[in-house]
Amino acid sequence: MNDTLAIEVKGLSKSYGNVQALDKVTFDVHRGEIFGYIGPDGAGKTTLFKILVTLLNADEGSASVDGLDVAKDYRAIRSRVGYMPGKFSLYPDLTIEENMDFFATLFGVNVEQNYDLVAPIYKQIEPFKKRRAGRLSGGMKQKLALSCALIHKPSVLFLDEPTTGVDAVSRSEFWDMLFNLREQGLSILVSTPYMDEASRCDRIALVNNGRVLDIDTPQGMVDKYDKHLYGIKAGDMYELLKTLREESSIASCYTAGEYHHAVAGNGFDAAALKQRLITAGFCNVDIKQLAPDIEDVFIHLLSNEQ
Amino acid sequence: MGGFLSFVKKETLHILRDSRTMLIALLMPVAQILLFGFAVSTEINNLNVAVVVPQWSEDIRQSVEKLSANPYITYKGSITPGEIDQWLRSGRTDAIVVFASDFDRLINQWKQTGTSETAMQFVMDASNTNIAQAGAGYLTNILAGELMSSASMVETHMLFNPQMKSAFNFVPGIMGMIFILICAILTSVSIVREKETGTMDVLLVSPVRPMRIILAKMMPYLALSCINLTTILLLARYVLGIPMGHNLWIVIIISLVYFALALSLGLLISTIAKKQIVALLVSAALMLLPIVMLSGMLFPIENMPAVLQPLSAIVPARWYIDAMRKLLIQGASWNLVFQDFIILVGMTIAILGIALKNFNDKLE
Repeated sequence: MNDTLAIEVKGLSKSYGNVQALDKVTFDVHRGEIFGYIGPDGAGKTTLFKILVTLLNADEGSASVDGLDVAKDYRAIRSRVGYMPGKFSLYPDLTIEENMDFFATLFGVNVEQNYDLVAPIYKQIEPFKKRRAGRLSGGMKQKLALSCALIHKPSVLFLDEPTTGVDAVSRSEFWDMLFNLREQGLSILVSTPYMDEASRCDRIALVNNGRVLDIDTPQGMVDKYDKHLYGIKAGDMYELLKTLREESSIASCYTAGEYHHAVAGNGFDAAALKQRLITAGFCNVDIKQLAPDIEDVFIHLLSNEQ
Repeated sequence: MGGFLSFVKKETLHILRDSRTMLIALLMPVAQILLFGFAVSTEINNLNVAVVVPQWSEDIRQSVEKLSANPYITYKGSITPGEIDQWLRSGRTDAIVVFASDFDRLINQWKQTGTSETAMQFVMDASNTNIAQAGAGYLTNILAGELMSSASMVETHMLFNPQMKSAFNFVPGIMGMIFILICAILTSVSIVREKETGTMDVLLVSPVRPMRIILAKMMPYLALSCINLTTILLLARYVLGIPMGHNLWIVIIISLVYFALALSLGLLISTIAKKQIVALLVSAALMLLPIVMLSGMLFPIENMPAVLQPLSAIVPARWYIDAMRKLLIQGASWNLVFQDFIILVGMTIAILGIALKNFNDKLE
């Protein structure tokens, strides 16, 4: 066991019947680090979290949290970690205050004791503390859930898709809160299906179908990307996509907002392509070189997989 | 311990906030006791009786007076033989007593020799067999009681429940059902609800042992059952007038064992069911139906087909209801309910054992 590691996962596998939820997953989370576990739905994120917080047993492999083995020392782990499941898992018929009090006493602390840690988050919902949790907005529910997960001052925090179903402003605030917690020495494992949140993490693992595709810092991921990426748009985006996929000089092309993203292949020439597209009847054609983001990296890694 | 108490508090809040469930849990026993005690009765109350008298005489007059003076009978007057059919059909009367034209002579003959031709006839509306049967017996008692008993070799005494009040019979049955309903069904649903909504995940990832979580969740339902036991016993004593005997503490001890048994059943169901609706269906199918059908609550066990009789032995409510009947109505003492008590304790240990074996610290 390495003491500088908050989480150590080695060859973890888990399957449900024929579905392989986790396939030999291996990664480490350092102390005081925000580690992002990033992948689409069905990537096995929730299964991994449930194994690490000792709710499920793995079929194969081993894992340790805070230096403790998840299979053998699960009791000890349970009192040291904070866990915020993907689904809102507080009591809707209890008020904010009652939920907080309950989770504090569950861990044998009282709210005042660790108020400093939760204050930046809890202060925002405290004015509504007499309101029942079921009547809160998505963002407020999330803040309450995070406060409840933090109230016992855990050493490692597990956040399973904390920003799903939360508006953009609240999401951004939420990440600011996580940075603040990192300052206080917490190690955080966070999962998300949103690629744009990846750049907020210290390091990330990109995962799909239970397999880890790559692990690196967000910048490292982007730097490793060795293709040339272009953004292409025209009047009829759907026809454009079909046409570009026929193009021999384009390795792959996919939709990504305003511009289609195209990975340059052999003999790619932007000016010539633009001319060909205009001749083919497309109007307002625009082609520009793009810096890849995590999503491009992910799609690239996926195509390598297959 | 703080964790335990906060659980009890939290669970109590759940119950208090869910006013519908609480109302059902608290009012159901009252409603059922009153319903079975008054509305659903198989004894004779307000039996409407008319008479057909070919020729009035002193003896007939006395008999009719006995009828009209009886508090359980409403005397509807005298009619002609031709009206019998129409009165019964229209429901104006449940029974008609037809006196023989030489009633006085036949009665005298009976008194002297102990035998005679038929002196009176009861025409009953048997569309409700219960009323017809009990009513006929009742009329026989009133009109020919003294004549019969003087000549009869059989003498019947109705001990413990001389008026044959059906409420006496129902109260133990209702107790057997309600405590299962509250302890087993409500508890299992409340545990499964935590699994379904995902709060169980959060609870498990805490220093509190899962078994303690469950135990704490049971406490408010135990308290609820104790309140209900008090209500039921008070209603039974002061509203229905059930004698109760003087062994109230045995009633309480056996009831507590029964609560423990029902809570264990609830725990067992919650270890099997993953959804609230499943917990409900399993509870209803596995517990309510057998209790109503097989426990002797409605149908005497002795009347059941031979195949079902042994089956009723595994229904815990059977033994509890049996014990309550003996205690509340007969005023029995320890040694008479000891067998029921031992069986209930044994079942509790067995069910709790299976439930604990099934219980898992994790989600799988």
